[in-house]
Amino acid sequence: MVVLLFALAVTGGLYAALAPADSARADGPAQSLAIEEGRKLYAVGCASCHGTGAQGTSDGPSLVGTGPAAVDFQVATGRMPLQQHGAQAPRKKAVYSRAQIDQLAAYVASLGAGPAVPAPGQYSPEGADVAKGGELFRLNCSQCHNFTGKGGALSDGKFAPNLHGVDPRHIYEAMQTGPQNMPSFPDTVLSPKNKKDIVAYLGTVNSSTSENPGGFGLGGFGPVSEGLFAWIFGLGALIAVAVWVAARTAKAKRS
Amino acid sequence: MSTTTTTQPGARRAPAGERVADWADGRLGIYSLAKANMRKIFPDHWSFMLGEVCMYSFIIIILTGIYLTLFFHPSMNEVVYHGSFVPLQGVRMSEAFKSTVDISFDVRGGLLIRQIHHWAALIFLAGMFVHMMRVFFTGAFRKPREINWMFGFLLFVCGMLTGFTGYSLPDDLLSGTGVRIADSMILAVPLVGTYLSFYVFGGEFPGTDFVSRFFPVHILLLPGIMLALMVGHLILVFHHKHTQFAGPGRTNKNVVGMPFMPVYMAKAGGFFFLVFGAIAAISAIATINPVWDAGPYRPDHVSNGSQPDWYMGYTEGAVRAMPGWEWNVLGHTINFGVLVPVVLLVAVPAVLAMYPFVEAWITGDQREHHILDRPRNAPTRTAFGVAWLSWYGVLLLAGGNDLLGLLFHLSANGVTWFARIGFFVIPPLAFVVTRRICLGLQRRDRDKVLHGRESGIIKRLPHGEFVEVHEPLTQEQLHVLTAHEQARPIALEAAVDENGVERKLTRKEKLRARLSQGYFGEHSQIAKPTAEEYLEITSGHGHH
Repeated sequence: MVVLLFALAVTGGLYAALAPADSARADGPAQSLAIEEGRKLYAVGCASCHGTGAQGTSDGPSLVGTGPAAVDFQVATGRMPLQQHGAQAPRKKAVYSRAQIDQLAAYVASLGAGPAVPAPGQYSPEGADVAKGGELFRLNCSQCHNFTGKGGALSDGKFAPNLHGVDPRHIYEAMQTGPQNMPSFPDTVLSPKNKKDIVAYLGTVNSSTSENPGGFGLGGFGPVSEGLFAWIFGLGALIAVAVWVAARTAKAKRS
Repeated sequence: MSTTTTTQPGARRAPAGERVADWADGRLGIYSLAKANMRKIFPDHWSFMLGEVCMYSFIIIILTGIYLTLFFHPSMNEVVYHGSFVPLQGVRMSEAFKSTVDISFDVRGGLLIRQIHHWAALIFLAGMFVHMMRVFFTGAFRKPREINWMFGFLLFVCGMLTGFTGYSLPDDLLSGTGVRIADSMILAVPLVGTYLSFYVFGGEFPGTDFVSRFFPVHILLLPGIMLALMVGHLILVFHHKHTQFAGPGRTNKNVVGMPFMPVYMAKAGGFFFLVFGAIAAISAIATINPVWDAGPYRPDHVSNGSQPDWYMGYTEGAVRAMPGWEWNVLGHTINFGVLVPVVLLVAVPAVLAMYPFVEAWITGDQREHHILDRPRNAPTRTAFGVAWLSWYGVLLLAGGNDLLGLLFHLSANGVTWFARIGFFVIPPLAFVVTRRICLGLQRRDRDKVLHGRESGIIKRLPHGEFVEVHEPLTQEQLHVLTAHEQARPIALEAAVDENGVERKLTRKEKLRARLSQGYFGEHSQIAKPTAEEYLEITSGHGHH
């Protein structure tokens, strides 16, 4: 009995000390105001699918315990609110402002603990090992996202999107929360350092500042686009040259 | 041949070039060789230069390949990369991969040469494919050129194998996945698959041997065979003389064109540099096989969008489209999901390769043909060729099902199902449609010959009727449209002979007669206009 009480006390104490900070801090007056505003926004924009208490309906999953990182990812990348049902929600223009997204995130966070929005230091490329990130990407991500995150098809019209131009914060959140058809990679699977490396790798190989040493990259899709290019522009150009050479012949009647 | 051994005193000294030529002729007998071949005639047509495109890109591949072997290390020893490409620093990789990255970033001109090598390879195979189609659709494979058709076909197959082994050498994640598929195909061979796989890879896949084994095959064995085949191919082209399209003054017994020296040689030489220039320009503009993006091969890694180079794409498509059926027979696994693609890998090209022999058997034609067919005048052959192309195309599409799905917002599964059904449905459809189009074009030719070309000028007759003025064709055009011969189908001998005895007709004979009917029967060609018809219609009865 003493042991059990001790164990309970230790567990409770550890939980108090280590529980996700934002859910523990969700009691301040500013925070409760944000939750209230978020609840109103939720009721207007989200409740029709996710249910009035975010408990989920046949049209959308429960949001209890998904955490603010998931809200930030889904709403800030424009995937939510959903435009129409389909294989997968595509990225589009965000309809909520930054402040509104934070309020929605605060409301969903108040329903149950989940991954927190990462701090800028967690996803900035400073101090990251790009090569390690590349290795991790090829091990964990490229099955769906292609070698350098150019995107790839999944079954039945689902897809892993191109990661070009995706905010590092959203890449980090996607790994934390596993949106759409993506599996989640919690910190127990990919440590925060691993995630930082992967984000840095994508910034190096698949962003507007990436270098392309070999010239025009043909979309980065490899042999299919290379084959098309070889047929159309390679052989096409050579046939055009052949036609030109054959037409310019020394004909007896011309001389 | 020069036999002069003494120089007359006081005689004019021959120019240096002539003296060198004399010297060489005295030892090699080049004059008679040149005399026999310098005036060889080659007809002019752009489609006759497709073979040249192939030959020149092959030469370019050999030249750039030699440069690459100076820096490539065919070894699978594990090393840690510390070169100039940051995103790979500290990554473990094979020496083969490291040396490929080094060629790309640290060897002067290395990346350009690598890209020329690879682009030229893709264009080489595409060129051979189109060249083969030109030969097929114009009937240039007929006697006496069947052996040369086989040489060309073997060149294409060797090109595929050389390309595949070369694609595998860098040991990057993309090519490693390709080698993995090749291994699976070897494993799928019933009974001996496992033994074969261990034999090829020197143990369990991937092992540490395949790069050093593929290397001599890629740079020595296959190119050697190809060089020999190419020389044989060219010797036969010289021996048979080039085919030509029908035209005034062109018969089955002559060749109309330009002499080898100097006109053809100058054009061909210039064309080589144009081909080299175009391929170099493409290689400077567009990336090919960025191995640094793919990363080193590790058997526990695999990427989406892993495809082989285009010429292996039909096999990839077969693998992707084939349902994963598996039988267990007496303790042996028969994996149809991969075994059927292995069969198709061989069968799809083989069907095309064997066609000339099948056609020769059906037509029973023993004569030599040096005048090319216009594809429309051989509707069944043309339809067969287009059906084969559509078959190949369906498999090629299936090989890119994921990218088609991604880029055109389709379901990849939908593309796969399209390929599964299309594999059986599209070729017969293509056959029927092409045949109809060919017959339609024959009717149009007949019309043009008899009634002239539609001029687009509308004339109003005194009584109010509107007619279009038709311009008669020139003699030259008439010749081109009517030069082809129209064979009659083979007739089966009567089932009962003159003595009333029933004749035994083998099933083979009956099949041949039926096929012949399909080739040349009533509904398989439109009778070309005869001279009498032409005269009657053009003999001045005004409108018709």
